[in-house]
Amino acid sequence: MPETSSTDARRRALALLARATASELAAPLAEHWPDLGVRELKPTESGLVMLRGRAGGDGALFNLGEATVTRSIVELETGERGYGHVLGRDLKQAMRVAIFDALGQREGDCAMVEARVLAPIAARLSAARARTAAETAATRVDFFTLVRGEDAA
Amino acid sequence: MSALGFADPVLQSQATFRAILNALSRPGTLVDAGAGLEPPAPLGAAAAAALLALADYETPLWISPAFATGDVAAWVKFHTGAPSAASPKTAVFALIDLAADRLDLAAFAEGSAEYPDRSTTLIAQVASLSTAGPLRLFGPGVRGEAAFGFTPCPSDFTAQWRANGEGFPLGVDLILAAGGRLAALPRSARLHGDI
Repeated sequence: MPETSSTDARRRALALLARATASELAAPLAEHWPDLGVRELKPTESGLVMLRGRAGGDGALFNLGEATVTRSIVELETGERGYGHVLGRDLKQAMRVAIFDALGQREGDCAMVEARVLAPIAARLSAARARTAAETAATRVDFFTLVRGEDAA
Repeated sequence: MSALGFADPVLQSQATFRAILNALSRPGTLVDAGAGLEPPAPLGAAAAAALLALADYETPLWISPAFATGDVAAWVKFHTGAPSAASPKTAVFALIDLAADRLDLAAFAEGSAEYPDRSTTLIAQVASLSTAGPLRLFGPGVRGEAAFGFTPCPSDFTAQWRANGEGFPLGVDLILAAGGRLAALPRSARLHGDI
């Protein structure tokens, strides 16, 4: 697949959707797209993926452990194909991610997906990040040296 | 709309695998495969089921020119994840349509003396299969001899199959599929007039 700006946008969308809570996807889906014609191209299934790790930037690759991942592939009645991967075993959540991935490719729906689905998730995630950063910053200790002996002469 | 694969991938691929094993161990018998499957034309249900059950991301697949156009190649790639083989010699599985493609068994991988299993398994789609002849099979898995036939059958099929059998234990295995049924000729199967 060529690396284009639409690939980057889709990658960003899928990264956000993978971190969404169930209600963040289920609520807008029920509200804005209640009668969506969707069918599963492959049965949604959960399985294991091997996570690979590396100690430091240049250590040797090793297998860190396995994670449970659920995958869904759907097709809208207008032909767009969406892929959803989420951690865990929530089949419905994986399917919702796939549906929004497909809707994001549909000309008429992509702005709505951005405004009603992706933007709230991005806002929540950046607020959580800011909160963690603030909590960490509160415990910060700054060391500084007033005068060092050898400089005093 | 894209065509679907197996509705229940685990059970249906196991059932198809079992059917193919039965067909390979009893050359010349017809078994059912691919019930309920609706692959894109011109691919038939049994040939499609065999591909779904056998091919995966580790098995390079060679698709003949007759199937390379249209939706078949994309459908097989989507549902099996099999990479496409650069040439018939490097293919683990090959899909051909005997109604349109010329059969050349020698073009496919026959395995090596150390690993005779590394040969191509050919999945050939034909118009019809029959247990009435004109070919007469014998060899492992056949009691006495068995009448077997398929159409369209290349005129030099007997000669090609004899050449395939002369390299035993090397050689290709052939799965013949018509509609929802398939039969198989393992490399050990012999045709009368052979030897």
